[in-house]
Amino acid sequence: MIPPTFDYLRPTTLDEALRMLPDAGEDAKVLAGGQSLMPLLRLRLAYPDALVDLDRVDELRAIRDDGDAIVIGATATHHQVMHDPLVREHAPLVARATATVADPAVRHRGTFGGSLAHADPAGDLPAVALALDAVMLARSASGGDREIPARDFFVDWMTTALEPDELLTGVRVPKLGAGWGFHYEKFHRTAQAWAIVGVACAVRRVQGAVEDVRIGLTNMGATPVRATAVEERLGGSTLSDGTLREASAYAGEGTEPPSDLHGSSEYRSHLVQVLTRRALNAASAR
Amino acid sequence: MTEIGQARPRSEDARLVTGRTRWTDNITPAGTLHVAYLRSPHAHARIDRVDVEAAKARPNVVAVLSGADFAAEQGALPCAWQVTEDMKLPAHPPMAVDEVRYVGEPVACVVARDRYSAVDALEDIDVDYTPLPTVVDMERAIEDGADLVHSDLGTNASYTWVFEQGDLDAALRDAPVLLERRFVQQRLIPTAMEPRAVLCEPDGSGPNTDFTLYSATQIPHILRLMLSVVTEIPEHRIRVVAPDVGGGFGSKLQVYGEEVLALLLARRLGRPVKWTESRSEGNMAVHHGRDQIQKVTLAAERDGRIRGLKVELLADMGAYLMLVTPGVPLLGAFMFNGIYKMDAYSFTCTGVFTNKTPTDAYRGAGRPEATFAIERLMDELAAELGVDPVEVRRRNWIAHEEFPFETIAGLTYDTGNYEAATEKALALFEYDKLRAEQNDRRESGDPVQLGIGVSTYTEMCGLAPSRVLGSLSYGAGGWEHASVRVLPTGKVEVVTGSSAHGQGHETAWAQIAADRLGVPFDDVRVLHGDTAVSPKGMDTYGSRSLAVGGVALYRACDKVVDKARTIAAHLLEASEDDLEFSAGRFSVRGVGDAGLSIQEITQAAFAAHNLPDGLEPSLDSDATHDPDNFSFPHGTHLCAVEIDTETGFTKIRKYVAVDDVGNVVNPLIVEGQVHGGLAQGIAQALYEEAVYDADGNLTTTTMADYLVPSAADLPSFTTDRTETPAAGNPLGVKGVGEAGTIASTPAVVNAIVDGLRPFGVRDVPMPCTPERVWNALREGGDR
Amino acid sequence: MPRIRVEVDGATYEDEVEPRLLLVHYLRERLGKVGTPVGCDTTNCGACTVLLDGLSAKSCSVLAVQADGRSVTTVEGLAPDGDEHPLQRSFHREHALQCGYCTPGMIMASADLLRENPDPSEDEVREGLEGNLCRCTGYQNIVRAVRSAAAEMRGSEVAS
Repeated sequence: MIPPTFDYLRPTTLDEALRMLPDAGEDAKVLAGGQSLMPLLRLRLAYPDALVDLDRVDELRAIRDDGDAIVIGATATHHQVMHDPLVREHAPLVARATATVADPAVRHRGTFGGSLAHADPAGDLPAVALALDAVMLARSASGGDREIPARDFFVDWMTTALEPDELLTGVRVPKLGAGWGFHYEKFHRTAQAWAIVGVACAVRRVQGAVEDVRIGLTNMGATPVRATAVEERLGGSTLSDGTLREASAYAGEGTEPPSDLHGSSEYRSHLVQVLTRRALNAASAR
Repeated sequence: MTEIGQARPRSEDARLVTGRTRWTDNITPAGTLHVAYLRSPHAHARIDRVDVEAAKARPNVVAVLSGADFAAEQGALPCAWQVTEDMKLPAHPPMAVDEVRYVGEPVACVVARDRYSAVDALEDIDVDYTPLPTVVDMERAIEDGADLVHSDLGTNASYTWVFEQGDLDAALRDAPVLLERRFVQQRLIPTAMEPRAVLCEPDGSGPNTDFTLYSATQIPHILRLMLSVVTEIPEHRIRVVAPDVGGGFGSKLQVYGEEVLALLLARRLGRPVKWTESRSEGNMAVHHGRDQIQKVTLAAERDGRIRGLKVELLADMGAYLMLVTPGVPLLGAFMFNGIYKMDAYSFTCTGVFTNKTPTDAYRGAGRPEATFAIERLMDELAAELGVDPVEVRRRNWIAHEEFPFETIAGLTYDTGNYEAATEKALALFEYDKLRAEQNDRRESGDPVQLGIGVSTYTEMCGLAPSRVLGSLSYGAGGWEHASVRVLPTGKVEVVTGSSAHGQGHETAWAQIAADRLGVPFDDVRVLHGDTAVSPKGMDTYGSRSLAVGGVALYRACDKVVDKARTIAAHLLEASEDDLEFSAGRFSVRGVGDAGLSIQEITQAAFAAHNLPDGLEPSLDSDATHDPDNFSFPHGTHLCAVEIDTETGFTKIRKYVAVDDVGNVVNPLIVEGQVHGGLAQGIAQALYEEAVYDADGNLTTTTMADYLVPSAADLPSFTTDRTETPAAGNPLGVKGVGEAGTIASTPAVVNAIVDGLRPFGVRDVPMPCTPERVWNALREGGDR
Repeated sequence: MPRIRVEVDGATYEDEVEPRLLLVHYLRERLGKVGTPVGCDTTNCGACTVLLDGLSAKSCSVLAVQADGRSVTTVEGLAPDGDEHPLQRSFHREHALQCGYCTPGMIMASADLLRENPDPSEDEVREGLEGNLCRCTGYQNIVRAVRSAAAEMRGSEVAS
């Protein structure tokens, strides 16, 4: 199919992009890698007035060290993120989950920030951002800079807290220091299918006991969600098989998983328990 | 070197690996206009009004037409298979006029200067619909008082077709073992990688305009004939070209509305018109496959011997009967008995209309459905009796010394050796070792269980015998044509009516000709897929190309050699009886080196200076082959799956296919056909399903929802062969295009059920998604 | 309309294009480079895969304007004039194609894979090609062909 017509704006600096965005109209869309947007356009499920293409805004691509965190530029590609030494060292969960996104060609174009701003609950990275307590860095021409914690960022199905004139410029991901284990457990029917359920987790243990644990769930509701009931139950535990099994049984608590072509709500509620246990197992084995 | 049997890499590859391919969409003559179709968003609705004015006013738009504009000239799309005398055959206009009956049916079209403008203008066509009651479920469709897809027919049942042999009542009565099962063959979307495309180029004006229609079709010859019948444009004014065609799997064995409309638009506008389908459009508008509900009853003795089999089918036709829609399930009628002996058999099939995309042939067409049912039943029988599934088959199959064997379904299997194929497969599979592992996993309560599935299949292929097709009321014959032209330089052109779309005819046919004529492989060129080049043919489907078209070529080559022999005898001043022909050279038996090559004889024929009196100066020959019988490939497939009982996820651990496709012309091509067939059969078992919602909307319109497996989802297969030559043709070939698909689906599902039997599971509906496996485990555990 | 300048298979083109023009349609319909086909609308099939600045990309999901100033390599330009790339030879040799519709994309994706990993295992090839669908071959010979080409490109024979 053929995309509908739209105006095309191609800023080369962030300031230019921020100036263009309000002028581009209410139905303007930001084009990052386009790997989610282009199919929507081709199927004519979206009719933006204009696309503001961030492809040439080089300053948004960088991945940099920021003390106790790293900042991943919004338009860093998945391919770049997967291979970036800072990400691999300090946010290995991001690297690992990113490697499961789509396929190599899509990962060459698709961007980290684009995936988060797209806010598809079936996407792999929102749950990861949530699990890692990442902070979204937003900027607008009118309101300046804003920091939005991941838990406040994902508002509803494919809806974020970003204002229409606001751009996601980067994502601050706290560094995982020594003692952290992590894993992303993705369950899908075929390699290129969306996750039916995914579980992102990071665990820090001190002398065998859980000091900190974060679990983000993919496709268990209209937004990515944290499995807080499991997190609470695991604090201080030693992650024995019994504890894991017991705690993981609460993974679906408070979630409202969808029913769709690839899985019923009931099945997802079951799967999330199994996958949470497996993810934690894998994380604690690291 | 004999060419037949050589694993030659294919000659067609050179253009395909370099992108110098001729897909229909690659061809754009000057002045080409582009067509886009507006399709029904309703499964069933009356069309009250179509307003095209706003669309017409858009820039670059040349014409906007609705069904009413074509009503006088578009005729009805053909169904070539009147399976019963009282079969209900609804009129099927290429473009809907008064009523739409499935989502995706064409309602209007835009013709524009470019594709983008055409698609844009679709949005300005305004159609008023009155929704009508929608028929989605086959079983409900045939209940009394059901809503009707075609109100004028008074019923949703198109036909009921019955076949009975032996005393089934006696077989079922007091049967020591009686198994009743209900299997569902889900609806599939064939998904050839190349979407459909049609280009029609007019030449001239007025009634004597000639039309060249390029189409991504499997059937240029049948298409030409049918286009002529539908549009009343004389057949000799239509040339159909199937250039490079990117796969078909049955989906391009069709006469589509868009092909008819391309012709009508080219006539109306006097310019080339082209339409290329998008995938999401094609998922709705390309015919679908399978979609049957099978109720099967098997009666057997306690020792496992089958007494009889009863098959009751409902087959979803979709909204209309297309080219061979009603006949597809009946191709299975002769295959439900598989390779087994039994005393009684009955088959009943009712074709049912629903408000869904029409179904028609998809790789295997009727035979995978039948094979699935009998092979699932054999595993069920084995489980019921506590016997190994291979053993229960052994007790029932036709022993190799019993061939030729007339089956309960009335076919005569010419040859076969089920014992040999099975032995080979068991050895490659390491059957006993895997059974031991299965046992270990069961005993240790491993969350990952191992399942082993068996499928000992046969199929009828080489779809041809015209008399048989006639007895089944098919609308045409099944012969195939080939001609051989020997050029003055000794090079050879082979013209075949088999129209390849990925099968490698250009290579295999050249091997046959090179072998028979004794000329170098590179001296042979194979021409096909253009009715101006190859005017006679019945095209490619039903694993028929080699067993029918290849044999036609074989015979045509023999005629060339016979003609050459006459000339050689004359020039060598010898009796024809004293001549030997070997490696492309005639020599006189017992007379040293004297002899003539076929190239020398060709030159002699071309010069025609010194030929026997009255002899035509040409070696060119043709042959039309119409076999007496089908051919019957068979084989044994074994599949081991690992089933994650916590998630329901199934992974294929090992797959062994030993096929007997008779003699092999090119083992490389045969192996490739098997691999691809396996992938499609496995995809039916595990991944693919066309899903409709309760309102008749297709929910799997994109490849994101209709899951075609990738390399990462499939295992490496172990394939091997036994070679039992077919008795019915001089090449001894059977056909291989569909075997892998037919055999593999039940092998996989049998493996899954086998793995889950200890949990009380007796069946998992296809596709065996993780959720369905998980559900089966829960329900099994509840029993 | 934006004006773009794109290098495709070694030649430079300048054109005015509608912003919404897909790169694959620019290649096919404006440049006549029809070696790259289209197989779906959703980035799933990979038939349209090309190299964009050396990295694989699905040209049906990239706008022509996004290729402005960049270089595109299609299956037509993979090998120098008149020659064939080792992958083109190995796809032929190993019978890694049947209808051939997925082949251009499959070869381009494979070229990208071998750039990153010159000696991939069978599983690595399968995963590396997860974004390219083939309906004919069951992939087995594709995997074999990619590994065979890899061996040739490394200058040694692959152990089977």
